[in-house]
Amino acid sequence: MKIKDVAKEEFITGSLSCAGCGNLLAVRLALKALGKRTIIIIPAGCLSAVTCFCPQIPFRVPMFVSPFAATSAILQGVSTGFEFRGIKDINVLGIGGDGATADIGMASFSDAIVSASRFIYLCVDNEAYMNTNVQSSATTPTGAITTTTPFPDTMQETRLSKKNLFSIAVAHKIPYAATASVSYPLDYYEKVLKAARTDGPSFIHVQIPCPPGWGFPTEKTIEIGRMAVESSMWHLLEYKDGKVRFTHVPKKRIPISEYLKAQARFRRMKPDDIAHLQSMTNEQLAALEANQDKTPL
Amino acid sequence: MGEKKFITGNSAVAAAVKLARVGVIAVYPITPQTPIAERLATFVSTGELNSKYIRVESEHSALSACLGACMAGVRPFTASSSQGLAYMHEILAYASGGRYPLVLAVVNRSLAPPWSIWGEHQDSIQERDTGCIQLYVETAQEALDTTIQAFKIAENSSVFTPVMVCLDAFHVSHTEELVEIPDQADVDRFLPPFQTSMLLDPDEPKSLSIGASGKQYMTWRFQQYQAIKTAEKVIQEANKEFESIFGRDYGGLVDAYRCEDADCIIVIMGSFAGVARDTADMLRLNGIRTGVLKIRAFRPFPNQVISDYLNSAKWVLVIDRDLSFGNEGAVCSEVRGALYGLDHAPAITNFIAGLGGADVTAQDIRKAVQEMIKVTDVTERHIIFQFMDADK
Repeated sequence: MKIKDVAKEEFITGSLSCAGCGNLLAVRLALKALGKRTIIIIPAGCLSAVTCFCPQIPFRVPMFVSPFAATSAILQGVSTGFEFRGIKDINVLGIGGDGATADIGMASFSDAIVSASRFIYLCVDNEAYMNTNVQSSATTPTGAITTTTPFPDTMQETRLSKKNLFSIAVAHKIPYAATASVSYPLDYYEKVLKAARTDGPSFIHVQIPCPPGWGFPTEKTIEIGRMAVESSMWHLLEYKDGKVRFTHVPKKRIPISEYLKAQARFRRMKPDDIAHLQSMTNEQLAALEANQDKTPL
Repeated sequence: MGEKKFITGNSAVAAAVKLARVGVIAVYPITPQTPIAERLATFVSTGELNSKYIRVESEHSALSACLGACMAGVRPFTASSSQGLAYMHEILAYASGGRYPLVLAVVNRSLAPPWSIWGEHQDSIQERDTGCIQLYVETAQEALDTTIQAFKIAENSSVFTPVMVCLDAFHVSHTEELVEIPDQADVDRFLPPFQTSMLLDPDEPKSLSIGASGKQYMTWRFQQYQAIKTAEKVIQEANKEFESIFGRDYGGLVDAYRCEDADCIIVIMGSFAGVARDTADMLRLNGIRTGVLKIRAFRPFPNQVISDYLNSAKWVLVIDRDLSFGNEGAVCSEVRGALYGLDHAPAITNFIAGLGGADVTAQDIRKAVQEMIKVTDVTERHIIFQFMDADK
């Protein structure tokens, strides 16, 4: 598909988000792909903070603001309710941040994705609790400064790697899972369409660069997202029919230092840390390439 | 006329859920609620009940899934106890704040530590301020009948608030009684199809449970307050209408026994009301004119009705199977509040008893009453703990 094939209709217009917000772009594109017959469940997080306050609600589809940890259970409930009523043409979409998914909502997420319920879970990942002033989450990458990891190179609390939600979903044998980036809108858009066609739960983990949280100029959101993929700090993957594959392989590869140095949050990483992270990144890429088109355990 | 069967309180609740034609069931197991979850699962898998059963990983998710089903336009049901109810806490307040008409059964069990699977009211009492309606029942029959009424109350458009049906662990949940199972046709006549205004409908898009501030927030809360106050009337009407169809009357908000001429009134909730009535009869034989006021609706709390029953008594014994640490039993504090400002208020004694499933016998209650009538100062906060008198 081409960019001109993206639906013209808008379902979210006007919000209180920061300039250059990757989150709103991800939601805007997902709603274009899914269309009018969609209902959305949004837990606490950046998205609800900038969209849910009366009278400035920008959604043109039904929306429910969910308790933080309850997103997946509510998706299951709504989906089961529609099924009971014989309603089959409504997309049930949950949009949780990294904290709502990888931290507090993990138990209900894990439960819901082994169910037979038809819903799409979109994790919009800006890699920290951004709307409450950048506290670290389970998906905060190694070496990133947050307000709860102010000196990540010296703190034991710093994680060695971000929690791999895609692998977790795959381990549940979810019918469809993907990773995506707002910097690759067509790849992402097509994945949302595939998720909508899935008979059962589906999961998309989309990376959404965050100018204030990551520390880069607001006009560089797309560029930063692209650098994440080019440096192999983020991959565009898909799990379908029991196999994992890359949906996009960047033409050029860049060292991770280019990606890290473009953001203020990694400024405390020392050359040794970067070299170590580079070797870990290389190993991970090699493992993914070796396992491409194979059925994971 | 319905069919009569020997069944437990848990089975009675499950029977009511079936008769109410619940569409989505999401329950997480916990003793002593588990037989409800098991029975309902059997109904669904044998096709006796046309419903979807969601296996969830926690009580937090069980109630969340019910909330979801509600927004899809389907009547949901869940049940819990003790630690499980505590784990649901966040969603209880969310469901009432968002005005979702849910019904849940609470099989009242103690909270740990010390660990105990036995009965008391602490679990639901500590959910008092979540904004849910709370109805306490005495028998398996009342559990069945109240569950059916609960759907009607919760789904009343001027209420739209969750209702908890609270039944005592084991004394009600696991004890077989002769219960009349109403006919489906009669229940259908009493209980209309599910209705809610909180729908996720693409043809009529709404934003639900949104943020508000200042006057909007206050207005929202005021409406919630009014809805639960209105429920007082709706509970009474549901009781009356139920009685006209099924012939069983539970008194609505409270159930009074020999209170008219009583000098002493025992106030109690739940299954121990029966032993309290027996004790009242015995005390009357000893010349102490005693009555029993069983509170059925703890939220909304029927202040006026309670005051009307208690204002001519000299002594009131409030039996609490719960304890608000740092003060006294929660029911007692509520009763004190109801009587505040009366010209000749009775002296109130609080009897903390039956915690952790301890049996409360007629002898225990009689002893408490005999101690109570020694109190002459109505301002004294007199409190007696079961089993603790030996130290005095």
